Amino acid sequence: MNDFFSAFADDLPQLRSGLWVTLEATVLGALLALLLSFVLGLMSLSRLLLSRGVSRVVVEFFRGTSLYVQLFWLYYAMPPLTGYELTPLVCGVLAFGLNYGAYGAEVVRGAVNSVPRGQYEAALALNMSPLHRMRKVILPQAWVQMIPSFTNLLIQLLKATPLLWLISAADLMTAIEKLRSRTGETLTAYVTLLVCYFVLAYALTLLMNLLERSAKRRLGLATGGKSLLKSRSAVNAAQTAGGAG
Amino acid sequence: MKSDFDWGAVGDALPLLIDGFWTTLLATVLGTLVAAVLGLAIAVAGRAPSRLVTVPVKALMEFIRSTPLLVQLVGAAALFTSVEPLTIGIVVLGVHYATYTSEVYRAGIDGVPKGQWEACRALSLTPRRTWQAVILPQAVRNVLPALGNYAISMFKETPYLAVITVHEMVYQARNYGTEHFRYTEAFTLAGLIFLVASYPTSLLMRKLEKRLGH
Repeated sequence: MNDFFSAFADDLPQLRSGLWVTLEATVLGALLALLLSFVLGLMSLSRLLLSRGVSRVVVEFFRGTSLYVQLFWLYYAMPPLTGYELTPLVCGVLAFGLNYGAYGAEVVRGAVNSVPRGQYEAALALNMSPLHRMRKVILPQAWVQMIPSFTNLLIQLLKATPLLWLISAADLMTAIEKLRSRTGETLTAYVTLLVCYFVLAYALTLLMNLLERSAKRRLGLATGGKSLLKSRSAVNAAQTAGGAG
Repeated sequence: MKSDFDWGAVGDALPLLIDGFWTTLLATVLGTLVAAVLGLAIAVAGRAPSRLVTVPVKALMEFIRSTPLLVQLVGAAALFTSVEPLTIGIVVLGVHYATYTSEVYRAGIDGVPKGQWEACRALSLTPRRTWQAVILPQAVRNVLPALGNYAISMFKETPYLAVITVHEMVYQARNYGTEHFRYTEAFTLAGLIFLVASYPTSLLMRKLEKRLGH
């Protein structure tokens, strides 16, 4: 065990760069997913059949074909087909963004639908333009509903990043895997790795709770002191993860 | 030369992939079974009267739920080298998803009206009979659609098992790719098979959910 931790100290630069790759993939993937969630989610609420249809097809496609297959398709299958080769990190960000963006689109759709009908009517009665209505009345209320589901998706995205190891991006998993094979300390290595991911996940949850609190405060809703430390609920995930949300 | 999509390769790879698909399906079904049973056990343990039981159970669950499945799989496979990879895969998938299903059960159990518990107390039923005859039959019916959704999402995560050399569909696709330098056809086909299998199932679950009045 001491062997492992002295090797751990020696390898600190590699570990730091691995952690950086993992964080980069998580943050960039999440940003792409967020963008796609809103674009696809709002498209699915449109009155135009074409826009609803396109969004439906894209969402079902990326939810239906496993993330693993999408990532490998981008990495192995796209270069011979198109001649373009992406770096592993870009492959990861694209695959995570597209996959979780598809799940997020359903979250956006559900949250906007859950804003009471009267709010639309009131905004209409005040003669607000559609854009103004969305920005000032509907989205601030829907946003509060979206955050818990987005937190779950974000953690799932973080949990998917070790896949980068398989397409040879030098992420956190790769760095610790190297340490493990050098020291032979299998149990210590994997427990350390799991703890690292847990700490990252908990930090992200705290950040998202902070975001939820500020969103709620803007609407004048009670926040309560303990809401910052509350953990995620998995039932929310069931609505988005299963593909039937 | 390799830049075109070869339909012959699709025909070549299809039997291999279908062969692997049975393993994928087997892992999903058995993994779901483990998750369903273990999740129920965790949910019931989470309602134990002593905090000595509930606090460690909740902490462990949170830990498993927040850490990557891939690391858990690879770690378990490296530690238990003498166990069959498929068995490891099913157990790890099952345990990972049990941490999710247990919350579904918890919500289902919370959904049983309080009066039912009180009626059991009034009839002085034992805790065992209370759970078995009154609470669980009502709770389980309500959580079936949510469990189905987790089964679908587990199905889409079975490719992770390829990493620990379980010969499921994606393992076969990768093998075919390396052997013939035809990743494009093999992975496209694998993705389509996933789509064809999971989309109708998720439609079915949505119907079932509507029927049960959610």
